Amino acid sequence: MSTLEYKLTQTTEQVFTAEFPSLDGNGLEKAKKYADRYRGWFDGVNATDNPAAHAHVSNMATSIALQQLGLEPIMQVVCRDKNRLAQQADIVGATMFGVENFVALTGDDVTAGDEPEARRVFDLDGPQLIQLMNTLKRGQYMSGRKIDPAPHMFIGAVENPGAPPFEYRVQRVAKKYAAGAKFLQLQICYHQDRLEKFCAGVKAAGLSGKIAIIPTVVLVKGARPLHFMHESVPGIDIPANEIARVENASDPAETAYQQTLELAKHALSQPSVRGLHITDFRHDDTLDRLMTDLGRVRQAQPN
Amino acid sequence: MAEFIASLEHVVKGPVWGCQMCGQCVLHSTGMTCPMNCPKTLRNGPCGGVRENGHCEVKPEMRCVWTKGYERTQTWPLPNTWKDEFNYLRPPVDNRLKGGSSWINFFNKRDKWTPKGWKATTDEAGH
Repeated sequence: MSTLEYKLTQTTEQVFTAEFPSLDGNGLEKAKKYADRYRGWFDGVNATDNPAAHAHVSNMATSIALQQLGLEPIMQVVCRDKNRLAQQADIVGATMFGVENFVALTGDDVTAGDEPEARRVFDLDGPQLIQLMNTLKRGQYMSGRKIDPAPHMFIGAVENPGAPPFEYRVQRVAKKYAAGAKFLQLQICYHQDRLEKFCAGVKAAGLSGKIAIIPTVVLVKGARPLHFMHESVPGIDIPANEIARVENASDPAETAYQQTLELAKHALSQPSVRGLHITDFRHDDTLDRLMTDLGRVRQAQPN
Repeated sequence: MAEFIASLEHVVKGPVWGCQMCGQCVLHSTGMTCPMNCPKTLRNGPCGGVRENGHCEVKPEMRCVWTKGYERTQTWPLPNTWKDEFNYLRPPVDNRLKGGSSWINFFNKRDKWTPKGWKATTDEAGH
């Protein structure tokens, strides 16, 4: 059983996960450096699948590298680039190397990336991919052909509490739970009121304790990445006053940090929330600082 | 005959619903919006990229079919069974049915077929 699964299903402890940076040339060397920064802080680290529709080292290769480097991978699988046959091959292939945590996503459209001329696949959608993972976990391919023994898997998905239609997003949590998701990592959300309503809705729907909600915060250095996310990342809207607060500060880097810390504390205080997912765009000492400020103690790990 | 019915279906459903002839129509359960008009052809709800104004991530001038579908289940006088089905997990598209008539596939229940593994998981989950 993975640490993530153990903590979420057998304990009431909060879990912390992080987005592993995407890898390109000299990936393994870089993976080692990144892994050192994350080691000891996180229960699981997301191996992304062509994030923002840009080609990088694959989700499976990154997951295996993380596994070898002593970090627990959470393998993201998107629906944009591969059909159901390829998705099954990747997932079962990853389980062969001991990968257990999986996250199903729809994925950004190809037009969000740097190869917008590519064919978009979307053979399955996000909820269908969750049920496909659940089918593999039960020891069958989609066709019904047996996988013996059945791979051990812990299945999660994503949701965006900050994009319309807001009330419907909670119903989607129920749907994803029914399809087999045990945890949901949320999209970055700078609207605290939206996250509050979403988490309260999950609780009201009787889903607290059944599906773990894991909001995401992002470490940024200043206003520029905030502008970028607001303008260019689909589904992320940042209130003008939140951007202005960083932009007009005497020390934007420090103010941006404080803003992230506030969002993190706020998110962790919401009902149904079992932990936090962290994306680090700063690559400085604020990752350690954030974890320390959230009361975490770094676990010494071999390696 | 089957081809004639498919053509008839296309003529009727094309202009009104933007029918893409997937051959396994779910229009009644998706708030009377055709999910095959979603650029990602999502049949189980919107992606996370819906814009602040409820429009599509890929086509900014188009309203997200799921924003529209959700709204219609709230405001249109649809039968309750259709409204309930809005939240059902719709199975993956059977690509063999593309281009054919969903009317025929509905009456002979061909559109209810799902792969064995998928069906077993659905039965076990009870949804």
